[in-house]
Amino acid sequence: MNTSLSWIKAYVPDLNVTAQEYTDALTMSGSKIEKYEKLDADLENILIGQIKKIDSHPDADKLIICQVDVGKEELIQIVTGAPNVKEGDKVPVVLAGGRVAGGHDGKKTPGGVKIKKGKLRGIESNGMLCSIEELGSTREFYPEAPEYGIYIFEKDAVVGQSAIEALGLDDILFEYEITSNRVDCFSILGIAREVAVTFHKEFKPPFVEETGNNEDVNNYIKVTVENEDLCPRYCARVVKNIKIAPSPIWMQRRLASQGIRPINNIVDITNYVMEEYGQPMHAFDLEKIAEKEIIVKCANNGDKFTTLDGQERILDDSVLMICDGEKPVGIAGIMGGENSMITDSVQTILFEAACFNGTNIRLSSKKIGLRTDASGKFEKGLDPNNAEAAINRACQLIEELGAGEVVGGMVDCYSKKMEGRKIPFSWEKVNQLLGTNIAKETMLEYLESLELSYDENTKEIYVPSWRQDLENSADLAEEVARFYGYDNIPTTLPTGESTTGKLSFKLRVEEVARNTAEFCGFSQSMNYSFESPNVFDKLLFSKDAKEREALVISNPLGEDYSIMRTVPLNGMLTSLGTNYNRRNKDVRLYELGNIYLPKQIPATELPEERMQLTLGMYGEGDFFTMKGVVEEFFEKIGLNKKINYNPNAGKTFLHPGRQAFICYENNVMGYLGEIHPQVAENYEIGERAYIAVIDMPEILNYATFDRKYVGIAKYPAVTRDISMVVPKGILVGQIEEMIESKGGQYLESYHLFDIYEGEQIKQGFKSVAYSIVFRAKDRTLEENDVTSVMNKILRSFEELGIELRK
Amino acid sequence: MKGEREVKERLNRIQEEAIKKIQASKDLNELNDIRIHFLGKKGELTTVLKGMKDISPEERPVVGQIVNKTRETIEELLEETRLQMEAAQREERMKNEVIDVTLPAKKNKLGHRHPNTIVMEEVEGIFIGMGYEVVEGPEVEYDYYNFEALNIPADHPAKDEQDTFYINKNILLRSQTSPVQVRVMEKGELPIRMLAPGRVFRSDEVDATHSPSFHQIEGLVIDKNITFADLKGTLAEFAKQLFGPETKVKFRPHHFQFTEPSAEMDVTCFKCGGSGCRFCKGSGWVEILGCGMVHPNVLKMSGIDSEKYSGFAFGMGLERITLFKYEIDDMRLLYENDNRFLSQF
Repeated sequence: MNTSLSWIKAYVPDLNVTAQEYTDALTMSGSKIEKYEKLDADLENILIGQIKKIDSHPDADKLIICQVDVGKEELIQIVTGAPNVKEGDKVPVVLAGGRVAGGHDGKKTPGGVKIKKGKLRGIESNGMLCSIEELGSTREFYPEAPEYGIYIFEKDAVVGQSAIEALGLDDILFEYEITSNRVDCFSILGIAREVAVTFHKEFKPPFVEETGNNEDVNNYIKVTVENEDLCPRYCARVVKNIKIAPSPIWMQRRLASQGIRPINNIVDITNYVMEEYGQPMHAFDLEKIAEKEIIVKCANNGDKFTTLDGQERILDDSVLMICDGEKPVGIAGIMGGENSMITDSVQTILFEAACFNGTNIRLSSKKIGLRTDASGKFEKGLDPNNAEAAINRACQLIEELGAGEVVGGMVDCYSKKMEGRKIPFSWEKVNQLLGTNIAKETMLEYLESLELSYDENTKEIYVPSWRQDLENSADLAEEVARFYGYDNIPTTLPTGESTTGKLSFKLRVEEVARNTAEFCGFSQSMNYSFESPNVFDKLLFSKDAKEREALVISNPLGEDYSIMRTVPLNGMLTSLGTNYNRRNKDVRLYELGNIYLPKQIPATELPEERMQLTLGMYGEGDFFTMKGVVEEFFEKIGLNKKINYNPNAGKTFLHPGRQAFICYENNVMGYLGEIHPQVAENYEIGERAYIAVIDMPEILNYATFDRKYVGIAKYPAVTRDISMVVPKGILVGQIEEMIESKGGQYLESYHLFDIYEGEQIKQGFKSVAYSIVFRAKDRTLEENDVTSVMNKILRSFEELGIELRK
Repeated sequence: MKGEREVKERLNRIQEEAIKKIQASKDLNELNDIRIHFLGKKGELTTVLKGMKDISPEERPVVGQIVNKTRETIEELLEETRLQMEAAQREERMKNEVIDVTLPAKKNKLGHRHPNTIVMEEVEGIFIGMGYEVVEGPEVEYDYYNFEALNIPADHPAKDEQDTFYINKNILLRSQTSPVQVRVMEKGELPIRMLAPGRVFRSDEVDATHSPSFHQIEGLVIDKNITFADLKGTLAEFAKQLFGPETKVKFRPHHFQFTEPSAEMDVTCFKCGGSGCRFCKGSGWVEILGCGMVHPNVLKMSGIDSEKYSGFAFGMGLERITLFKYEIDDMRLLYENDNRFLSQF
């Protein structure tokens, strides 16, 4: 929403503030001003001058020498190349030392262009005659300006006066951010009312007297509304003996300030009233309305209609149409039809000011793909009572401008009159909600200046129909607060029952995950939750993989962002690829993010969201580095039992010989492995890369921050080193399982200290060496305590085909 | 028979000889040899002691005393010399151990937290300190929680404004963290002081200032006698803790469907302190969050008696704060995961 200061002042005549004061005060009372523009910021020392004499330039065919009267004692000599001036013309003259906004071509120069005295082909020139473009505007808004050349004033312009003022350029344009609830403020009058209350000035809206001749409009037109829900009100008036002409300059200027191009008096009046009252209007050529009848009803599916911009539109039965006795003549609230538009030869017009259902207009406008100034206003949901005020204002302007003869009366289809509402008002409650101590009288003063009246008997506030946004006491509290000033409300802290601030257990575990990953050199990455369905192919998932059953976004930003991820790898591998391509060395990343597993397709319930800790790396380190990170994390969150690794994870995107499920107490916590070379290639990672994925909900079943101190051993340990020859197919995990199961109560720890395959070892075997430590809590172990256990262990090894190395 | 005198003389000789040898010794080995020579099992002093049997019983204690004294004297000198030698040796060794302290460090190569998380944790910490519980809610959400329960009925224009991603008519990607408020209120455990950080989604094309996926942090307080003044006080305190004690705040009237009265909060620009700069576009203020008193309709829909209870809610965009705080000029950097970016935080 934009307004010029001068148009606001038309209704708040006592207003006298600077642009900054206006901006600050309106912003703090709820009509936020995004920015303002002083139209004359770059214009200086520009007067109305009259060309008294023109001589040709002795040395240049295209230049002329003008003697210009600017109301000073002496004439000023100006050389110009303009083709359109003659003696007697009154023109804008910028004197030497003054500034203009830019060039002929309409290009503006920040800060303006300073005009200096100078010589043009040897002849002195002491200023410049200006085109409308040089004054920072365009012919769009000053249609009377010539296509090329100097702007020429009307004959009655006063020589020596400011040209800036005469052109209405001594104005300020404000751009507001109006919130969607304040439908009334999408109009000049709505803003002006807020301005008046903000600055405690009188609000003087236009006074509209009764208009029209002695005839009865009902003899000219009949209106039937078939769908009253979609059209709560339809007002129609008729104007005959139309005299199409340009609208007066003051109206043109105000329209220009709203960015609306003046066209002719009738079109300009409808636009003017739309801006002033926020009520869109439409003018039909009554001659083209068949059977002098208007019927408001929905279109049929597949109907075609040509709007006045010449475009054919395809409709359906939810789109409300304005029809005459034979055919549609306009799409309600959006755009009129080509078949009924007014032309310069129009004799009689039918004015329409209606109120349409905002939601319907919004949806229709979307469907048709046509959004207009009118539909933009209607979709907010207008006040039906405003329609009558607006149509009468339009007729008043018709009469004032002598644009036609208004026929008496108005056709009004308004079955359910919209009344204002009454809201119980308790000043104590308002103070209670705001935490203030504002006097009742002060509150009522604010409310009444907003035309919200108070009934002492019922203790109710009457809210006029244009303030649909006010429904309850909290709404009234806001009205009070914004004029009392948010700044003036005290600042306190909540009292009452104290509460404990905390993180949930899940979030605490995630925090440990972040810390551990970072200690291990992994930096935190963030990836989108949605991705392309192609990722499953990229990750070599089989055609029937369950992971392919993903939630699909019905209105995605594109196919690449169209499904909710069911595996957390694509983001990680893409990021590794990005880093690899940018030649970053030794990259380690982690991510904590959800995957989304649908419970059914199509979804009727929310999916299961499972937080995944994903680690990825390339460069320094290998599979076992990654395994180390996993184990560090498990230890930190209290998973102190044996972690098992099952090599049969069956992940297509991992190297078949270098992957494993991570198991804890016989449950899968996640998996890790080396990225399959084909997948690495798909993601353009040119090195071996490793990932680990931990399913956090699974981990949470075991995680704990409880710790119990275990006494530090007092008695010495006994260590046995054994060296074995092991069939290649046996995993060290199996050997360790044996050590654990046979180790007995004194087994304290064991560790692999050598593994070797090669010449000295027979074919199909490997050499493996373990150091096994035994200790008792309460005594020093005897030799035979250990020997018997070791024998058990060795016997179990034999069963696996393991031989002791001699 | 050897007399006391003879023994004394002998001991004197031994002592003098020992002292001479100790003083002339060059290293610890030599010193050790000296110790063995005089004090060892077959050493000279032991030999003297062995000769004690030839001394009359009356004289024995006296001679014994002398022998012990001599031993002590020699031992003391030996120990003293050993310590000196060791100290000298240590000095010598350290002289040879001088290192170039400017050689490169051996770092542990720690990883780095995402800047978003750093800010998120800071905000969480501030509110945890004020008694707020951090809670989470689903990212894929029912339309009901994301809109309807927040006083945004079907076909309300506000639904269009948010450019929401839908799975189907009833299920969407949450466009705000506010649905978590509703889920907490529905549980009916009062009072409530909660903070709900999390991922939200809106169909904005990716550019320097937009992302279809970003984070919000939502806060909610419900209790008896909660006022707009409490809202102001709480958020002013928050701003001071996050942006520094000099920070000022400004509340401007605004509109949100689920709060009334509503406000937007600006803070004095943390780059220029309010004098106006490039970051705040010269205004001195930066818009940081939206807030307001929980709308009575929202309380009602969640089953809370709006006559007894009131509350306030606020919501802020995490990325916005992150970008400002670290002077990051392009939001895309936050989701590209370039190591050269991440390792700066």
